[in-house]
Amino acid sequence: MQKSFIAQNPSVLWFLASLGLFTLIVTILSEATGVGLISTSFVKTLGKVLCLCLIAIAMDVIWGYCGILSLGHFAFFGIGGYAVGMWLMYERTENIVLQSLAERSIPPTPDEVTEAIATQIFGVVGSSEFPAIWAFSHSLTLQLFMVILVPGILALVFGWLAFRSRVAGVYLSILTQAMTLALSLYLFQNASGLRGNNGLSGLQNIPGYEAVPQSVISIAFFWASAMALALGYVLFARVLTGKMGSVIRAIRDDEARVRFLGYHVESYKLFVFTLTAVVSGIAGALYYPQAGIINPAEIAPIASIYLAVWVAIGGRGRLYGAVIGTAFVSLLSSWFTGGGAPNVNLSFYTIQWTEWWLVLLGVSFVAVTLFFPGGIGALFDRFKKERS
Amino acid sequence: MMRILLLVLASLCLPFLAHADSLQPILQDHQKVIAKPSRKTVAPALEALVASGLPSIPEFLQTWQDKGVYTRKSDGFFFYGSKSDGAIQFIDIDTGAALTNVDEKAFKQIKPNGGVRKAIAAALVPFGLSDPNLNRRRDAVQAIAQNMTAAQLPQLRASIDGETDPALRARKVQLSNYLAARFDQNPLDRIAAINAMARDLSVEGRAVLSQILETELVVSETLPSTNVAKRLAVGTDLSSEEAYALLVTHQGLPAQLRPNDIRLALEAHIENAQVGGVPIHNLNETEKRLNAYDRLAENNLVPPRITDTDITTALQTYGLYQVYIEPNAEITEAAKAAQTSVQTRVGVNQFFDLSLDAISLASIYFLAAVGLAITFGVMGVINMAHGEFIMMGAYTGYVVQQIVPDYTIALMIAFPLAFFVTFGAGVAMERLVIRWLYNRPLETLLATFGVSIALQQLAKNIFGTQARPLTSPAWLDGAWIINDVVQISYIRIAIFVLALLFLGLLLFILNKTRLGLEVRAVTQNPRMAASMGINPDRIKMMTFGLGSGIAGIAGVAIGLFAKVTSEMGSDYIVQSFMTVVVGGVGNVWGTLAGAVMIGTFQKGVEWLNPSNTLAAQTYMILFIILFIQFRPKGIIALKGRAAGD
Amino acid sequence: MMKFAKTMTSAAALAVVASAAAAADCPVKVGVLHSLSGTMAISETTLKDTMLMLVDQQNAKGGVLGCQIEPVVVDPASDWPLFAEKARELLTTHEVDVIFGNWTSVSRKSVLPVIEELNGLLFYPVQYEGEESSKNVFYTGAAPNQQAIPAVDYFLEELGVEKFALLGTDYVYPRTTNNILEQYLQDNGIAKDDIFVNYTPFGHSDWATIVADVVALGEDGKSVGVISTINGDANIGFYKELAAAGISADDIPVVAFSVGEEELSGLDTTNLVGHLAAWNYFQSAETDVNADFIDAWKEYAGTERVTNDPMEAHYIGFNMWVNAAEAAGSTDVDAVRTAMYGQEFPNLTGGTAVMLPNHHLAKPVLIGEIQDDGQFDIISQTSEVAGDAWTDFLPASAVLKSDWKDLGCGMFNTETNSCVQIKSNY
Repeated sequence: MQKSFIAQNPSVLWFLASLGLFTLIVTILSEATGVGLISTSFVKTLGKVLCLCLIAIAMDVIWGYCGILSLGHFAFFGIGGYAVGMWLMYERTENIVLQSLAERSIPPTPDEVTEAIATQIFGVVGSSEFPAIWAFSHSLTLQLFMVILVPGILALVFGWLAFRSRVAGVYLSILTQAMTLALSLYLFQNASGLRGNNGLSGLQNIPGYEAVPQSVISIAFFWASAMALALGYVLFARVLTGKMGSVIRAIRDDEARVRFLGYHVESYKLFVFTLTAVVSGIAGALYYPQAGIINPAEIAPIASIYLAVWVAIGGRGRLYGAVIGTAFVSLLSSWFTGGGAPNVNLSFYTIQWTEWWLVLLGVSFVAVTLFFPGGIGALFDRFKKERS
Repeated sequence: MMRILLLVLASLCLPFLAHADSLQPILQDHQKVIAKPSRKTVAPALEALVASGLPSIPEFLQTWQDKGVYTRKSDGFFFYGSKSDGAIQFIDIDTGAALTNVDEKAFKQIKPNGGVRKAIAAALVPFGLSDPNLNRRRDAVQAIAQNMTAAQLPQLRASIDGETDPALRARKVQLSNYLAARFDQNPLDRIAAINAMARDLSVEGRAVLSQILETELVVSETLPSTNVAKRLAVGTDLSSEEAYALLVTHQGLPAQLRPNDIRLALEAHIENAQVGGVPIHNLNETEKRLNAYDRLAENNLVPPRITDTDITTALQTYGLYQVYIEPNAEITEAAKAAQTSVQTRVGVNQFFDLSLDAISLASIYFLAAVGLAITFGVMGVINMAHGEFIMMGAYTGYVVQQIVPDYTIALMIAFPLAFFVTFGAGVAMERLVIRWLYNRPLETLLATFGVSIALQQLAKNIFGTQARPLTSPAWLDGAWIINDVVQISYIRIAIFVLALLFLGLLLFILNKTRLGLEVRAVTQNPRMAASMGINPDRIKMMTFGLGSGIAGIAGVAIGLFAKVTSEMGSDYIVQSFMTVVVGGVGNVWGTLAGAVMIGTFQKGVEWLNPSNTLAAQTYMILFIILFIQFRPKGIIALKGRAAGD
Repeated sequence: MMKFAKTMTSAAALAVVASAAAAADCPVKVGVLHSLSGTMAISETTLKDTMLMLVDQQNAKGGVLGCQIEPVVVDPASDWPLFAEKARELLTTHEVDVIFGNWTSVSRKSVLPVIEELNGLLFYPVQYEGEESSKNVFYTGAAPNQQAIPAVDYFLEELGVEKFALLGTDYVYPRTTNNILEQYLQDNGIAKDDIFVNYTPFGHSDWATIVADVVALGEDGKSVGVISTINGDANIGFYKELAAAGISADDIPVVAFSVGEEELSGLDTTNLVGHLAAWNYFQSAETDVNADFIDAWKEYAGTERVTNDPMEAHYIGFNMWVNAAEAAGSTDVDAVRTAMYGQEFPNLTGGTAVMLPNHHLAKPVLIGEIQDDGQFDIISQTSEVAGDAWTDFLPASAVLKSDWKDLGCGMFNTETNSCVQIKSNY
């Protein structure tokens, strides 16, 4: 407690500085400033990667620091996205509907307006009524509140149930996986009121800013994502410093001993689980307006497993490790699958990376787990040690 | 149909009165209909053909039905055509002489659609019922079953005595009873026939009863004097709005106005930015719109609105009755009684059928999960690549079928081969990956996930993304039909048997063999086992191989009844985890209990909500999550030391 | 990290510079936006191959506007957000003149905002649920009235079906199509109680109960038919269960909207003979152009490959686009769009496809019976049916009309005579 927070965590400053510099460079080189060296679609990709980094550090906290391998954090991410998406869709549709109804010779009644909006939004699933969960969709403030509230409450209830009955280890992993699978299956149903398999789309069009070109909007979201990542990083670094952080790490290392020492382990776990869920929700809320569409496939169990993969490759137990792993793997993945990597011609067979990338990823993932349990982050540590 | 019958009889009596003995002219009379037949237009042509009484009619009808008739484009004449060695041999319909040196493109094949084929089959019935060819007779009986008419009753009855095939004879008796229930002239005979059906579960039998009990809706101020089934009660049978809508269609009462109708009416009467004296900008509230409309109505500009009171009065005035089309009340009563009795039986049988489905689903889950349960139990590691071992087994089956053409032999090779392939893969994975991670169970989960995505993509690269066929041998085709309600396909029975077999085999290995003893010892306490001279390394390797091998066999089984794709493993992996977790780890009985529970639960929810299978899966998972709260160690938890983490 | 990002940016920068240099007229770039990995790769890789073959053929004929055509293939990996990202990449980084792509409706809905924002041009080759009309999309696949409605008519008129089971996979195409069909059937005098609707998840394999439910529908003596919008792999389990239950096409006919030659190649069809499918194209169509097309395809992709309906849609769409570009004298999107209206091109099944002002084609509707060799026997072929963007059978859509040529609006309310919206509904 004597040393200041920054002094205890020198990496925080480093991280913030590099993130700031990175943001600045991308902004300057983007199409928004007219330089155009970085295309808008790549800015969007980078912005999305930042959001993924945010959920990855949340994952790192719950897994790398607290030892709970959650395979369901993308459920919270998705909920955040849906919450924001509902407002984006409602508002955009309302503008269109009001405009077209204004051309009628008799002004529309509120019922007519609501029905017309509902028909526009839910026409694809054959409905013309608003489901109850859209009750707050007209208000941005309320929906933003939902971004925090819904993942928080879900995590709280789920965590309370799970930790209370001492579900741990692999069981908990599978249970969290079941949770995200249940959620995605539920959302796949049209009756869920969130347009089933279609999900919510056109989210990149921000109501009220239709005139602003996407190049500028993408930069705005890129900034917002960078800001959220910075704040999230500081928040988690703060939580992990001091006594709280020590208890959390101790739970990872020997839960029973911590319990015998008189700590209420469940409360700590629940706190970490809920906090990371809320941060994941925020990350999702920033991610999906950049992706443009959210649908239930996004929260299928595989997504959360990939999240664990990123964190593992980046190196668990280091916040920057999660960031590096996520950025590295997701960018590399889009490079390979995007046909960016040249095909390798072995006289008898041509390796096309679009086909072989997943094989490579799978194998290298096994290799990392086996040979570099510290991930890429461990390389940094070694580098640091050598210098000091 | 009656007409056809009379014509047949007439033509039989006076064989030479009709056309001359050549078919082509008659066909040419109906050239268009025969060349481009439709269910609705084909009847006259069929009647004319049958009426001609020519001996070649049945053959023509049969060939026509089998798409064997061609028309020459130049003059529209018809010919038989038979394909052999890629060429078509055209034969003159009347003379039977083959045409030589013809261009195939000058002919067009006539393809009667399913509806027309049914009509032709019906026309063939009188010829086919007593045909010496058994298949023809079967076809004729089948045609009657698909479309029952009164005229068939005497024909069918007449053919029963001469029937030599016992099965077909029984079928004819059954059908003639159905026909009697519907069409017999004598009401007492009908009632007797209906009573005989009270124990009949078949869909056909139920259909006959429903057809006798068919009703129509009658709107009347007084009780109709006809055979009334019931009066519809507003509020319970249907809502007052639905009831009124019926009055609108049947009685011509004015319809209720929808908000949109009111808006359109108002828009049509805008004067000086006002409607009925209400300024337009005030019309953005429903209440005010109604007021404006009422004012228009007062001035007779629009018809008045239908109010709730109007509806109530209308519904008090008129009654909605369901009236049997069958006028004889005794017959409908008998049919009603028979139907009630049948429905009770159907309900009971449906429960059995559902139970069979649940058992079948459970055995699939069991097969998919039991390998996982063993490895999980012994080593405490979760194998995310388990699903890919299932897939590997299925592809092994596919490859074997490509090489060995006989499906039965292929299957006999495929099962052991799939076991060995996945056994090998499992052992390799254990040696190369899992062995190094025994102290880090969560990381095994991730490492095996890496293997899983690599294997899945590899399968895609090798076999392509398209689903591959894994065909079951002919003796597994079809279903075991207990009655028309309860039936289960042989392939599912085979899977059930396979699951039982493995249950027995595993129990035997675990409880009666040296290996099993050692496995159980390692499961309960590896260190103690090691100090007793057991080599835990070898045991773990063997168990892992065994678990994977079973996955391979499950893969062949699943491929047989569903599909073989690179993603089939991931369809089952989460399900398998659930089964293991619910059942309790490291215990074959636990897995069985878990599989049965999940299978039953899923079928139960499906039964409650048959139109949404997805909901069933969602609720199942929620149920599992809750279940784990109460029994965190599963249904059958290991006790003592082994229960420790 | 920084270093890596810089490499990435400079790579991106290089790509931008490269495409800027080539942004002169030649070569003409055609984007191919089909999933090459993930769940949809099964269907979509075939379409990518088709596009490459068509481009090759066109280049052999001298290309378009005197330029060679260069295909730009990207892989959206069956990931719906990635479709939007790749579409933006095609339009901005690669500056393609036209995109051929997408299979699922949700992927199209994902791409729509991007191509409308950047004024791109998309040719969408798959049968879909309608209820959409975008200024920037030409729908060369069937709208519901070009596939589902004629098939139901066939059931009603020709097979005399009185009771319907609408079975579908739970996503937008089956949902919307079944909504339309339910209304259509009720308009045609089928009682609501006589329509059974069921949705199953993607890849569903446990069909025993559902098949039993369908069989039980026959218990009131009405003849039952199944309208299947079951998608992809799930069909295999469904048809296997159907065959196991001994249900022949004479007892309960099944007409499928998503089962073509490609899907049947994963199945033993001996037990399915007589069941039906409705499409605008079957490989078994007996015309000379079709024979040439099949030969070219087999030569290009392998003798065991089959052709299917979306391939024909791309064939028509691509050739129409080439002709429109020639007619407009440029590959400019607006010029080509104007030139597209009224474009005619011979169908592979005979007759002529015409591009209508609502961006849909007029095409004949075919109904085929499954044969034991995995092909379809065409038993019914209508004259050309004009595709309808907004269905006439749902009250909310019946008043809508799409006419980009004269009205310049894809969602025109004929009741109020006003354009509801210019951008499409996504």
